[in-house]
Amino acid sequence: MAAAPEALLRACDGYLTEASDDDAVLGMAPRWVASPGTTAQVSAVMAAATADGLAVVPRGTGSKLGWGNPPRRLDVVLDTTRLDTLVEHAAGDLILVTGAGRRLTALQDDVAGSGQRLGIDPTRSGTIGGTVATGTSGPMRLRHGAVRDLVIGMTLVRADGVVAKSGGKVVKNVAGYDLAKLLTGSFGTLGVITEVAFRLHPVPPARRWVTLAVDGPEQAQAAVQELAHSQQAPVAVEVDWAEGRGEVSALLEGHADATEDCAETVARGLGDGARVDDHAPDWWGTDLGAADLHADGAGRTLVRTTHEIAGTGPLLGSITSLSEAPGVSAAYRGSPAVGVGCALLVGEVDAVVAATEGLRAAAAAVGGAAVVLEAPDDVRARVDVWGPATALDLMRSVKARFDPEGTLAPGRFVGGI
Amino acid sequence: MDTDVLARRLRALVGEHAVITDRQQLRTYECDGLTHYKVVPALVVLAETTVHVAAAVTECAREGIPFVARGSGTGLSGGALPHADGVLIVLSRMRQILEVDRANQRAVVEPGVINLQLSDTTRSEGYYYAPDPSSQQVCSIGGNVAENSGGAHCLKYGFTTNHVTGLEFVTPRGDVVVLGGKAPDPTGYDLLGAVVGSEGTLGVATQVTVRLTRTPEDVSTLLAAFASTDQAGAAVSAIIGAGVIPAAIEMMDALAIEAAEEAVHCDYPAGAGAVLIVEIDGPAADVQHVFAEVERHCREADAFEIRIAADDAERALFWKGRKSAFAAVGRISPDYIVQDGVIPRTALPEVLRQIAALSTDSGVRVANVFHAGDGNLHPLVLFDESRPGEGERAEEVSGAILDLCIEHGGSITGEHGVGSDKAKFMPRMFTDDDLDTMQLVRCAFDPDSISNPGKIFPTPRLCGERPGRHQGVHPLAESGVAEVF
Repeated sequence: MAAAPEALLRACDGYLTEASDDDAVLGMAPRWVASPGTTAQVSAVMAAATADGLAVVPRGTGSKLGWGNPPRRLDVVLDTTRLDTLVEHAAGDLILVTGAGRRLTALQDDVAGSGQRLGIDPTRSGTIGGTVATGTSGPMRLRHGAVRDLVIGMTLVRADGVVAKSGGKVVKNVAGYDLAKLLTGSFGTLGVITEVAFRLHPVPPARRWVTLAVDGPEQAQAAVQELAHSQQAPVAVEVDWAEGRGEVSALLEGHADATEDCAETVARGLGDGARVDDHAPDWWGTDLGAADLHADGAGRTLVRTTHEIAGTGPLLGSITSLSEAPGVSAAYRGSPAVGVGCALLVGEVDAVVAATEGLRAAAAAVGGAAVVLEAPDDVRARVDVWGPATALDLMRSVKARFDPEGTLAPGRFVGGI
Repeated sequence: MDTDVLARRLRALVGEHAVITDRQQLRTYECDGLTHYKVVPALVVLAETTVHVAAAVTECAREGIPFVARGSGTGLSGGALPHADGVLIVLSRMRQILEVDRANQRAVVEPGVINLQLSDTTRSEGYYYAPDPSSQQVCSIGGNVAENSGGAHCLKYGFTTNHVTGLEFVTPRGDVVVLGGKAPDPTGYDLLGAVVGSEGTLGVATQVTVRLTRTPEDVSTLLAAFASTDQAGAAVSAIIGAGVIPAAIEMMDALAIEAAEEAVHCDYPAGAGAVLIVEIDGPAADVQHVFAEVERHCREADAFEIRIAADDAERALFWKGRKSAFAAVGRISPDYIVQDGVIPRTALPEVLRQIAALSTDSGVRVANVFHAGDGNLHPLVLFDESRPGEGERAEEVSGAILDLCIEHGGSITGEHGVGSDKAKFMPRMFTDDDLDTMQLVRCAFDPDSISNPGKIFPTPRLCGERPGRHQGVHPLAESGVAEVF
């Protein structure tokens, strides 16, 4: 192995390997992969890295390492997957404390036996730490809130190796600053998340889906407004959209004897053509995903958009217009009653770049934003993946306080943070 | 800076009558809801616009003068306690509901808007604002945002931080920034999440965008009377254990019931050692089934009387006793401390027994009113200031209750905030490293340490110093080189 600093070697108790090509982060190759197994070891790794001026990118399973900007410099990938201990599941208190490296699938299995769930869906194979650090969510966000709303406590390791906790393991807690919110969605630029406490929710006994095919943005808009304002309180409302048409579907949950009635009421509200099923549409909760960015011999680009709830129709209209332009097709899947979703743009590079900018303008017009998650290098080189952000000075100030040396994921975040 | 000079400058910026310097008038603002801390501010600005707030803060920033923001002044931790040499920025004149946007399920309000007023205004649209502190008839949204104060319905609907989607915000340097809006997930760090609940130490919110919640199709409320808090606690465990998340589940013990009866004659069942108020809301078909289940659990836990609210008037009567409990305690005790601590819900029976033991050993009466579903205790520690030593004993019992909360893995505050009152307890819950890390946020927003100084954090810290352990007066402060917060 290329001579690793002694302190770094000691820090992770031998779990330090030379990096391979597979460990590169958006083309930036690290020198080593450190795999600490405890918060104390993460602390030692970070202290050693800071002392030696090494840049560090934290990684779980690596499923979202292609998001964000490439790091400006990179020496160590800090692999968190050995931090996979289930620390505590207090079923009676509906809380769970887990190491950040535990996989989301394992965690859902941990709690399923108690009739409980973590309201983050769908259950992908990534780690808890990666899910929190990237702030990803799924359909049930409408009922249970975003990841930020489910995290009630966090242990983090700062760039200088100091270990800090915020929150705790009770749901109601306002003591001190909510550092966990600041770290959630921070892409590893403020600290390494090592342990997370979550609030859990009981799994209701019955589920029904009500789905309506919609032919045009106006009909989609009307369906989403009907569902968003429904007193039947859907747990999730999802839309799947391509080529100017799609489906809007709502999940109802509750008491076994009541949910069918609720679903029928919702179906009546949506009007002719709405159907009630005991299973989800096949597209429900799945990624549009751009696993192979060059699969079609073109620039497959995945863009996460946000919008005001009532902006659903206009946004879908804009996406339809984008896909009518030559050289590009656009599909969309998302949670319109929350205001988040992902568009997949496929086509020639020039067309995809133009469509990305068009989508950003369309999202901004309905109060939201567009962030490029996955894109081939030639697209990535021509767009600002994060786009504009307000209060950037404050964000830079926060980064400067937490990581003055720029040790953690330098350049990965918005505004080059 | 001389107060007269400051007043002259501020009057030029915000208007002649919006600046108070008269000592007698200033005393109106010497405390918030926690009246045993009193500090008369040097000057009060009655802000009417964001421009006023920004002007006042900018002036403070230029001169290094501390400022404190204040809404209705109902806070119970001294979070809006003025600074003797500082400016108190009063936001209660900023009380316009700027927009109710039903289609987007949002409202945009000024910080002085009263919590309940927002729900009253939006109810005709089929919506309400879910976070409902017990003081919701008088407390302001801005204050709720500062303290992340919750209420009875947080268990199901989440806390203030879950309902605020945007802020217009004046930073401690006087800059007006916008954090978030009507859409979710603004790009970048979740600064909004850091600001909500930061108790005015990171700046002043001048507009708040909140999520509105659809009024439920049906609401059912029951009041169950038990011989003991143990039995009531068992009912709570059974309900939550069955996978039910009620809209609210509140408990009062015998002494709290006695106080409420004295004050508002809520006619709770005679002889109860504890009452539970359980509210279920949602789609009518679901509520009906779940409510029957809740009623069964209460009976199985030996409730000796169960009343079901027949209409909104009866429901209001159930809640009247609960919501007036804090103030009502004044009827049975000349003085009292309202404590606010949190424990894991399953520890309730044990902690209530330990509180009872503390009460017996010290001779200090403790009434318990609390959000049973989320373990947020509000012990009311009763005493008579006129009797030598009673006040001190009550303080000791009150502090010991917080220690119990920490021992059981809980928190020193669930909704009232740390403020001036509980800063000394922070090191019992957090390490120096935890607190130092929180200070990094403070320093990022407020490098000159002028925004609500002296709140939340126990030990003076200086922005720019290396984190670590510190004791005594900081040498830089002692030598007059730097100010502390």
